[in-house]
Amino acid sequence: MTGKLDLDPLLVARARELARRAGQPVVDLARSHTTVSVERAVLRLAGVTGADPDGIPWVNRLVDAVVADVGLGHGVAVPVFDALAREGVTDVTLLAQKAAAGSVRFTVPTGRAATAARSAARRAVGAGIRRIDRRRAERDRLVKRHGDPKQRPWIYLIVATGDIYEDIPQAQAAARAGADVIAVIRSTGQSLLDYVPEGATREGFAGTYATQENFRLMRAALDESSKELGRYVRLTNYASGLCMPEMATLAGLERLDMMLNDSMYGILFRDINPIRTFVDQRFSRQVHARAGIIINTGEDNYLTTADAVDEAHTVTVSQLLNEFFAHEAGLADWQLGLGHAFEINPEVPESFRLELAHALLARELFPDAPLKWMPPTKHMTGDVFRGNLLDGFFNLAGVLTGQGILLVGMMTEAVVTPWLSDRDIALQNVRYVLGAAGGLHEDFVPAPGGFIRRRANQVLGEALDLLERIGEQTLLTAIAEGTFGIMKRPADRGKGLAGVAAHEADYCNPATEILEGDAA
Amino acid sequence: MSAVDAAKKIVRPYGDTTGDGMVQVSFTLPVSHDKRAEGAAVQLANRMGIDPAMVVHAKPMGDGFTFFVVYGRVNHLVDLNAVQVVERDFALLSAKEVNTVVKQRLRRKLSVVGACIGTDAHTVGIDAILNVKGIAGEKGLEYYRELKVTNLGAQVSVPELVEAARAEKADAVLVSQVVTQRDAHLHNTREMSAAFREAMPAGRRPLLIVGGPRFDESMTDELGVDRIFGRGTTPGEVASYLVHALITQRKAMA
Repeated sequence: MTGKLDLDPLLVARARELARRAGQPVVDLARSHTTVSVERAVLRLAGVTGADPDGIPWVNRLVDAVVADVGLGHGVAVPVFDALAREGVTDVTLLAQKAAAGSVRFTVPTGRAATAARSAARRAVGAGIRRIDRRRAERDRLVKRHGDPKQRPWIYLIVATGDIYEDIPQAQAAARAGADVIAVIRSTGQSLLDYVPEGATREGFAGTYATQENFRLMRAALDESSKELGRYVRLTNYASGLCMPEMATLAGLERLDMMLNDSMYGILFRDINPIRTFVDQRFSRQVHARAGIIINTGEDNYLTTADAVDEAHTVTVSQLLNEFFAHEAGLADWQLGLGHAFEINPEVPESFRLELAHALLARELFPDAPLKWMPPTKHMTGDVFRGNLLDGFFNLAGVLTGQGILLVGMMTEAVVTPWLSDRDIALQNVRYVLGAAGGLHEDFVPAPGGFIRRRANQVLGEALDLLERIGEQTLLTAIAEGTFGIMKRPADRGKGLAGVAAHEADYCNPATEILEGDAA
Repeated sequence: MSAVDAAKKIVRPYGDTTGDGMVQVSFTLPVSHDKRAEGAAVQLANRMGIDPAMVVHAKPMGDGFTFFVVYGRVNHLVDLNAVQVVERDFALLSAKEVNTVVKQRLRRKLSVVGACIGTDAHTVGIDAILNVKGIAGEKGLEYYRELKVTNLGAQVSVPELVEAARAEKADAVLVSQVVTQRDAHLHNTREMSAAFREAMPAGRRPLLIVGGPRFDESMTDELGVDRIFGRGTTPGEVASYLVHALITQRKAMA
C-alpha cells in the first residue's frame, strides 16, 4: 500500500476475503465442468492444426466426433489417444480427418488401454506446453535485448482495418510514433463464433479476425519493429467469447504479450452462458499464467452502460473478483492489467477530482498490478476539440495516479475509426502530458480529510457493502439478478450452454494436470 | 428555424465578421513534408473553394504523410430556401425516454425477437442492434430495461422464428440479412413475411422489421414488412422506431 488515501488495511483485507468467498463457488464449478472450447484447446496443444475445406477447424470436427460417440464429460484426450493407438495413426490431425469422414469410432477405454491413452495424451499435450514455455523464454530474451519502454504508463494503441496486411504497416507506423503495445481489434461478432477461423484474413467487420496465422504475421512484424526501435513492442489480442481457451492457447504458441481476458465480460455483454464463461475463463487464465501473458480485464465496460459515479464501486468489486480468479489460476500480480476508465460525465461538478479518486483507489488497492487505464468514450460527442481536451485530462489522471497501461484516447471516438492524423494527434497529446508531468505522481498526495480521500474511501465502503450482499446470495445469483452493468444473466441461459458438461468420474485433461501440477 | 434565420436567405460561413466566409479544415496528404507539399495543400484548399487559403500548420506524420490545418475564405453561398432534408418520420429518443414511454404507456415489457434467417450466418448486424455491446458507442436493445429481447442467433428457419415470436408474444420481429447472393436476402424476407401473414391474423401480427446493408429502404410493401433499415442503422434508431410504431402512433390512431 502506498498510503496516499489512508485506506483502512482491515477493510481492504475484508474486501479481499469477501471476494474470495464470492469467487470460490465459481472456481469449484469451473473445476468440475469442461467445455467444447477447453477440449479443443487441449487438442491444439496436442498438435491438431488446420481446417477442413469449409474452413471448420479440425479440432472442432474431432471434438464433435468424440462428443457424438461418448459425450464430453470424460474429456476428449483419452478417447482420442485411444483411437490413435487402435487405428495405428501417429498424426492427430490425420485422425481428425478420418473422424470427420466417419471412419473412426471413439470409446472410453478402461484398464491398460486407458493408462496407455492417458500417458500418450500427456506426452503430446506436454510437448505443446513446452512450445509455450519456449516462446515465453524467447520473449524474456527479446525484452532483455531490446529493452522495455522507458516510461510508465506503456502506451497502448489499437489498429483494426479488417485486413492483416493493412494492419501490419499501420501497427509498425504506430510503434514508430511511440506505441509500446499494439492491439488488433477483432472483427465484430467473432466472440460469438464457436470456432477459430484459420489462416491470414483480409476481410473483417470493424476489425480483423483473430487467427493463429494473423497472430504469427503481426508478431513477426513487431519483432522487426522492436529491433528497429530498440524497445520490445508488445502485441495484444482478445481471449474472450466462446473460444477463449483456444485464443489463450494460440496466443501462448505465437508469443502474444497481452490478452483481454475478463471473468465476466462475455456473460454480461455478449450473453454467453455464465458457466461456460467461468470454465473457459479458468483454463484460459491458467494458460496465460504459464505463457507469461499480461491479462487486461474489462471493468471499463461497466461504466459505459452504468453511471460512472453511482456505479464506481462495481468496478472495484469486479477488480477484486478478477484478482481472486487470476491468482487462483496462477497469474502473478505483474500479469494483472486490471481495467478501469475515465467515463464520468464532464458536466458533473468536480468530475476530474472524482476520476482521480477512483483511479488512485485502484492504484492503492492493487499496488503491484499494471493497471489498464481506458479513455473516455461515453461522453465523446463528435466535438473533436472538446474530445482532445478530455483526452488530455485522461492522460493527466493516468500519470498522476501511476497507471501501468494507457489506452490512447482518440478525439474522433464515436465519429470514425481513427484516421492516421487522429492517431498522430492523440499520441502528441500523450507525449505532451508525459513529458510535462510524467513525474507528478511523486508530488500528488491528496490532502488528508480532503475530497479525493473521502471519495475513495466512500467507494471502497460501497464495494464492501456490495460484496457482503453477494456473499449472502452467491456470485451466480448476483449475475442473474443484474448486479453488474445492469444486465441480468441467469446461469441456465445464454450462448454456448450446449457446449458445457459436468466431469465424469474418469474425466481427464492432461493440460490442466500439467498447468496445475507445475503451478503449485 | 428561428425568426432571425427566417429573415436570412443567403448565408456564408462566419469567422469574426458577417460575410467573411471564413472556414477551417484539416486533412492529410500522402506526401512528405516540404514546400511542394504545402503548395499541394493550398491547391486542394483552392479547389474546395477556399481562396485565399492559409496553411497555418503542416506536420510530417510517419513516412510520406503530412497533416495540414488550413484557414481561409470560401467563396460559396448557401441558399437557405434551397436546403432539402429528408426528415425521419419518427422522433429519436434516448434509452431513458424509450423506457419511460414503454413503462407508462404500454405498461409491460415490449417483447422483441431477433434472428438471422435462412443460411445467413452473419450475426454481425443483429448482434450490433440487440447485444448490450451495441455499435458505435450506442448500447444494443438488450440494454433497455423495458425491452425483453430474445436473440435467436444465426441460421434460424422461418417456422422456428414464427414459433419463437408466438412463444415470446413478440411485439416486433427483427430479421437481419447480410448475404445477398442470388437475392437471398429478398427471397428470405418475402418467405418470412408470408409465413407471419399465414400464421397470425392481421391485428395480432408482430411488427416485422428487416435490416441489412443491401436493402432498399423503400421496398417495404414489396417485401411485406413494416420497416426496412439499411446500412449504418443504430440501436437507438430501431428502439425509437419501435416506440413510434407500436405505442405513440398506434395510440394516436386509436
